[in-house]
Parts: sequence; structure tokens; C-alpha cells
Amino acid sequence: MDLSSALHLAIPELILAVSTLGILVYGALRGDKSAGTVAALCGVALIAAAFAAAFGGHGKVFNGSFIADGVALYAKVFIYIASALIIVLGRGYFERLNNNRFEFPILVVLATLGMSMMVSAGDLIALYVGLELQSLSLYILAAFRRDDAKGSEAGLKYFVLGALSSGLLLYGASLVYGFTGSMNFDAIAAAAQANPQVGLIFGLVFLISGLAFKVSAAPFHMWTPDVYEGAPTPVVAFFAGAPKFAALVLLARTLNDGFAGLHEQWSQVMLALATLSFIVGGLGGLMQKDIKRLLAYSSIANMGYALLAMATGTAQGVQALLLFMVLYTVDTLGFFSVQMALSRKGVAVTKIEELAGLSKVNVKLTIVITVLCLSVLGMPPFSGFWGKFFVFGAALDAGYWGFAVAGLVASVIGAFYYLRIIKLMWFDGDKGEIDKSPFEAKWIAYAAAAFSFPVAMVALAWLYPLAANAVKSFGLN
Amino acid sequence: MSPVIPNLLSIITFLPLVGALAILGVKWASRKDDTTVIERNAKWIALWTTLATLALNVVLLTGFDRASTDYQFVEKIQWFSFLSYHMGVDGISVLFVALTALLMPLCILASWESVKTRVVEYMIAFLVLETLVIGVFTSLDLFLFYVFFEGGLVPMFLIIGIWGGKDRIYAAYKFFLYTLLGSVLMLAAMLYMVGVAGTSDIPTLSTFKFAEAAQSWLWFAFFASFAVKMPMWPVHTWLPDAHVQAPTAGSVMLAGILLKLGGYGFIRFNLPMFPLASEMFTPFVLTLSVIAIVVTSLIAFRQTDIKKLIAYSSVAHMGFVTMGIFAGNQAGVQGAVYQMISHGFISGALFLCVGVVYDRWHTREIAFYGGLTKLMPHFAFVFLLFTMANVGLPGTSGFVGEILTMTGLYQASTWAALVAALGVILSAMYALTLFKKVMYGEVTNEALKGHPDLTLREKIIFAPLIAGTLLLGIYPAFVFDFTTASVDAVVATYRAVIGG
Repeated sequence: MDLSSALHLAIPELILAVSTLGILVYGALRGDKSAGTVAALCGVALIAAAFAAAFGGHGKVFNGSFIADGVALYAKVFIYIASALIIVLGRGYFERLNNNRFEFPILVVLATLGMSMMVSAGDLIALYVGLELQSLSLYILAAFRRDDAKGSEAGLKYFVLGALSSGLLLYGASLVYGFTGSMNFDAIAAAAQANPQVGLIFGLVFLISGLAFKVSAAPFHMWTPDVYEGAPTPVVAFFAGAPKFAALVLLARTLNDGFAGLHEQWSQVMLALATLSFIVGGLGGLMQKDIKRLLAYSSIANMGYALLAMATGTAQGVQALLLFMVLYTVDTLGFFSVQMALSRKGVAVTKIEELAGLSKVNVKLTIVITVLCLSVLGMPPFSGFWGKFFVFGAALDAGYWGFAVAGLVASVIGAFYYLRIIKLMWFDGDKGEIDKSPFEAKWIAYAAAAFSFPVAMVALAWLYPLAANAVKSFGLN
Repeated sequence: MSPVIPNLLSIITFLPLVGALAILGVKWASRKDDTTVIERNAKWIALWTTLATLALNVVLLTGFDRASTDYQFVEKIQWFSFLSYHMGVDGISVLFVALTALLMPLCILASWESVKTRVVEYMIAFLVLETLVIGVFTSLDLFLFYVFFEGGLVPMFLIIGIWGGKDRIYAAYKFFLYTLLGSVLMLAAMLYMVGVAGTSDIPTLSTFKFAEAAQSWLWFAFFASFAVKMPMWPVHTWLPDAHVQAPTAGSVMLAGILLKLGGYGFIRFNLPMFPLASEMFTPFVLTLSVIAIVVTSLIAFRQTDIKKLIAYSSVAHMGFVTMGIFAGNQAGVQGAVYQMISHGFISGALFLCVGVVYDRWHTREIAFYGGLTKLMPHFAFVFLLFTMANVGLPGTSGFVGEILTMTGLYQASTWAALVAALGVILSAMYALTLFKKVMYGEVTNEALKGHPDLTLREKIIFAPLIAGTLLLGIYPAFVFDFTTASVDAVVATYRAVIGG
């Protein structure tokens, strides 16, 4: 394929790369007073890229290292939209903190570019480059409030552990290369099929471990609660959604494309990760007092469900993953926005107990939190239920009976902590008036709740075939 | 036959939800400080919505072809994948829809003055609950059913938790987590069934033959969910707590409708879809039911709280229902359906009776009361009537249900019937003792004086329940006309498979 048509498939990435560099120069020249313009321009770039991805073509270019298939495009569209919303949330947040630096939106877009590369990665080099671009941007974002002790701690923790996981991943990649003699997933698959050696599986396990760290699956979850608690809330909202989506798609592609023949081996690893994750997430959340830490455990549990879908290694599993992640990302985005919308006398509400009696003070936000809690808990008819529905449907179809039942039981344990939030808000005495909520946080929260119910009920009739189509061209085989 | 109103079932199901939205809309349109007006509006909208739903149910019942065994008023829209929005009623479910629609306005009326905090939210919660409960009975798609079935937990959780009594939070949690654990198992079973059968259509699944080995697991998963809902001994322990803590109308909904979801589920799912497993587990279910009848009756006898006593009596009566269903014959299933409808009237009315005294004296301690016949003769009449109906006095609807289930059971297992018959005596024992302690004797407690007899509102609430109980007791064919064809079909398919 010639260069121009190859570049044609990478238009979303090109838009992001070129515009960020341009915007960066503009910001650097104008200083922090240009933060508003920079944010707006970055948002526009993301939306433009989302359109480009939505109408993008399919193909495998650059010697197979860049894949634009249905799954990649599907993931890209949602990742771009999520990132754009994060820029909106972050802009208001940092403005109120008088920490209005123009780098924030640029770093978000750079991270998004990394994710974009991840979901399209067709070989180990592209995988690593995409992952590192994303990770390095996220390290900086995690420590974005550098005058804040907890924020710096979060950033440092994330960086050190993240670097370790990248090391694991690289080690795994080098083993895989050593045993197969190729970086390309297709070639790896062929070599693995012909000659599956122990060393290759060894490398695969390291690869999976590195990626499991990025999606905060247990037992690689240790960083999650601390980083969630310490990092600025819009950044955490970003962490919880888009990067995990990207890492999961990348993992799905690596396993299903590169190691399709070794499904028996890697499905065991995935099942172990999944089970540990929803157990750790379910039990760990029970004792939490901080809203963001609770959400961290909730996300660990949810990653468990996503990995369960992936363990199946079937098209249905990948489809469940795609649907689950979109529904889950909306819910988490809503959760973090609502947390940003709540403050008392200028101090953000961070403890779960401070939500007590919220229904007497602000019914609308209470309803939003209630809907989101019920959704993440997996109550029908809210969107979270449908996410789990697809995941467990795929798991049962693949014959993972015990794991599906374990996941369902873990979700009942998890139900307890969401119920506690609902109980505090509706049944208990109130803790006083809350401040007027910031406009953007409030409305994104409303929108997320409205999506959870009832919009998702209708949207699924459109999303489901969309994901089904995306999976059809998965890997372009 | 073309229905009088198109999409009648959807309208009936979602009309309460529209009412709930209307309450919200009116609230936002009115001035924020005018709480009395907002609350009055909420009450009236809720009442009119439920009455309109009831009126539509009359249309539904009259338009229903009683001779047919098919699902009627069917609506089907493909949704995504194998899921569809599929609604329809048969002779069994149509009566439960009507029962819900009848009890709902009474619940609203019963809460008219007793609910003083957050009236708007209360009315919304009840209307949403009505939609969800009716949806359970009208949905013909496995997952649509599950959505309504599970969704009902949320408003009930809030109703108990916000407007309940002292230990409401404990009770609300217990209610929610018990039922949730039961139903996630059912969800797993449903996903498996769809994987095997390739459809989530309930009528199709009813004729699908699942492998014998799978049947017992599936049966058990469904059983776990419905047994908790029913509730059957020994998973009944959430019920007394929930009942005691729930506000009056919440108890009426729980006892009158929500408990019936379990029995309905058995008839709709366990019996037709897993006949082999149903037969295999029949001794197990009968044992549990008999224990439920005897043990909970004895527990009821020892209660010092009126509401708790009636709650335990509900568990005992539900024992008759499960017995009847798993007797697996015409009389048994017919009797079970009848018993559920009748229990909807009777237990609803009994909880309303408790509400009457609770509204006046704010206690449910039996020891507090005594000699109320002298102070409230009208109330005494109502309470006596429903106590007798609860005991199963001939001439009331309670009798028909009990005698039929016993007849059915006798054919299936003589021993079980013998022990269960004890329950009839025991129910007389605890119910009459309660009546004696609360109503007869001298007025020993000065605090009891100075409160009026039944108000007009309360009389209006009881009137349809009294009429219903007596009508069904004297002319049971009113129910049987509807149910016979459908019940016969269920029993016939069941019998055909197990070869009895």
C-alpha cells in the first residue's frame, strides 16, 4: 500500500499529533493566560479526530504495525469523546484552584494519542510506543497539582510502579521476540502455532502482567486507591475510563491476534486476574471511607468483569468487552463529575460520610448518585446491568460457569457499598448545605445519569450492532 | 379479536411511570416554597393515575378471552440481539395485574395522612413500584421479566428505608441483599438458558426441552430467587423485619403483590420449563412448605407485635401456595393461584387494619391494646371479617384457596396434606388469639380512649377489599373463569412430560 493511502487510515492520529504540537507552540508563546483557548482548540482537535475515526476506513498498514479495523475505530471514537469531556471537566476544576496551566489539555490530548496508537497497534513496537506515550503523559497529569503533598505522592507512586510495569512488559516483549523472531502479531501467531515453547509463554505472561498493571487488575492493583485518592479529580476521571479502555483493547488484540493459538494458556491467566480482581474489588471497597478510594476498588472489580469477557477469547467476548467498557466509562465519568460537583464551603466533599442526608439538600445530585450507584451495582434497567449482562453471557457461552457465578456473587458483595451510599444520602440526617455546583461538572453528571437510564435502553439498540460489526472486522483476518 | 385500545398492556404498565413524571413536572412548575400545594398535587396525581390504571384494567379484563390458553394483548418489538420487548398476559397473569391495580389506589389512600415527610418522593416511589410490578406480570421476555423483577427492589428499598420505622435501615438492607443474592443466581440461569435455547422468549422457552442434568441446576437457580421472594422457610427471615419496619402501604404492597411474584415465577418458569426437575424436587418443596406452615404458625402465635404476627401468618399462607403449585395437579395449581389472589386481599386488608390502629396510637404492641370493640365498632367488624378470612372461614375467599390446595396436595402426598391441615387449626389459633387480645375485653388502657372510629377515607379503603373477599368466597368462578384454561394448559404440559 502506498504512503498516502497508509496515512489516510491514520488521519485521526495525524490530526491529534499535528494539532497538539501546533497548540503546544501557541501555548508556550502565550503562556498560561492562553489556557482557555488551548483547551478549546484541543477539544476541537479531539472532536475532529472522533469524526475522522467514525468515518475512517479499514486497513492494515506500515508493515502490519498499524491496524485500523472496526474495533480500533469503535474504541477510538469513544476514547476521543471521553477525553474531550475530561478537558471540559479539568478546565473548570483547575480554574477554580487557580492552577490554570495550559499544559493540561495538551497532556490529555497526547495521552489520547498514545491510546489511539495502542488500540491500533499491530506489533510489539507500536504497542510499546503507544503505551509509553500514554503513560508518560499520565504520570505528569497525576502529579499535576505539584504543590499538593498527596498529589505529588500519587504522581510519584504511579510513575515508579508504572515504570516497573513497563519494564515487565518490555522484558516479556523481548522474550516473545527472542522465541518467535518477529515483532509482528501475525508472525508471532504463526510462530507460536508452529512451535509453542515454554519461553514464549513466559514472555506472554510478562506482557499480560505489564498490561494488567495499566488496567489495575488485581494483583497489580496496589497503586490504584492511592493514585485515585491523591491525583486531581478530573485526571482520575480520565484514568478510570479511556486509558483502561485502550489497554483492554490492546490486550484483546495482543492475545487474540498474536497468541490466538495459545488461548488455553492465556485464558487461565486472564481468569485468575479476573477472579482476583472482582474479589479484591468487592471486598476492598467495603471498608473505604473516601469516595475516590471506593471508586478505585469499584474500578478494580469492574476490570475483573472486563477481563472475564476477554478470557473467553471469542468474538462474543470481545463484543461484550466493547459494550461493557463504553457503559462503564460513562458511569465512572458521571461518578467523578458528581464528586466534583459537591463541595461544602469551598472544600470538596471527599468522605463518603459527608454525603449523608444529601437528598434533603440537593435532590437532583442525589438522584444522579443513586442512579450511578445502582448502575455500577448492576441493577436493571440501568446501563451497568447491561454491561454485566453481556460479560456474563459471553462467559457462560464459553463455559466459564464457576467464574460467572463467582463474579455475580462478588457483585452482590459490592452491592453493599453502593447501598451504603444510597442509604447515607436518603435515610440519614444531613450535614448542611452544599455549595452551588460548578456548571460543567453538574451537567456532565446529569448527562451520565440520563445515559445510564433511560438513554442506554434505546442507545443499546444502536450500540449493540455497532459493536457486533466492529468485532466482525477484528484483526482484519 | 382486536383489543379495544391498542398497546393496552404497555399503557397499563407505563401509565404509573408517566404519573410519576407528571408529579415531578408539576413540582418543578410550582413555587418552591409552597410545599403544601406541591404535596397535595402529588397525592392527587398519584391517586388519579392509579385509578386510571385500575379503569384500564377493567377494559383489560372485559376484553380478555377467557376460553383461550394463548397469551393475549401481545405486543412484540425487536430490541437488540435476541432481546425483544414482548408483552402479553394469560389467564393467570391478567388477574395479578388487576390485583396490583386494585391495591395501588388503596395504598395511596392509606398513606394520605400517615405519610408526612417527603410526600412527593413517596408518591413517586409507589408509582414507579406499580409500573415495575405490573411489568413483571406482563413481560414475556426473560430479560424484560428480570429487569422488572429486579428493578422492583429499588423503590421498595427506598420505601422501607426512608418512611419505615425505627430499625428501617437494617430491614431495608436485609430485604435488598437477600433478594439480590437470590436473583443473581436466576440471572446466571437465564443467561445459560438463552445460550442453549438461543431465545429469551418465555412462550418458546416453556416448550423447550432442557437436558435433564441441566434442569436441576436451572430449577434450583430460579427456585433460589423465587423462594426468597415468596418467602419460603428457611429464607423467610427478611420478611418479618421488612414488614414491621415498612410503612403501612409498603406492607400492603409487600404482602399483597411482591410475595406473589415468587408464586407466579414458580408457575411461569419452574413448572413448565423444568418439569423433570420440578418433579424431582417436589418432596423437597413439599417438606419446606409443610415446615413453613407449621413452624411459622407457631412463631406467629408467640409474637407480641401485631404486624410481625401477620407477617408470619403470610409466610404460613404462602406455604399453602408452594404446596399447591408443586402438587402439580389441576386442583393444586388452581388453588395456589386462587390463594395468592385471595391472600392479596386479606393480608393487604390486615396490614391496613394495623395501619388504622398504628396511625392512632403509634404502637403495634399487642399488650397495649384491648377492648377496641367498644371504642371502634366499625373497625371491629372489619378486623373480624379479615381475621376470619385469614383463618379460612367458609364464605370468605381464604377458604376456597386453602381447600383447593389441600385437595390438590392430598392427591400428591397424603402425609403432607395431613400435616399441612394442622396449619388451618394453627392459623385459627394465632389469629383468633390476636383478635381476642386486641379487640375483646375491657378497655384497660386509658390511652386508647379519645380516638374516632374508622374515618370515611378508611371506610372507602376497606370497602373494595371486603367486597372482594366476600365475592370471591361466595362466587369463586369469577377467578376460575380466567385461570382455568391457562392453568389446565400448564398442568397438562407438566403432566405430559413427567408422565403422570
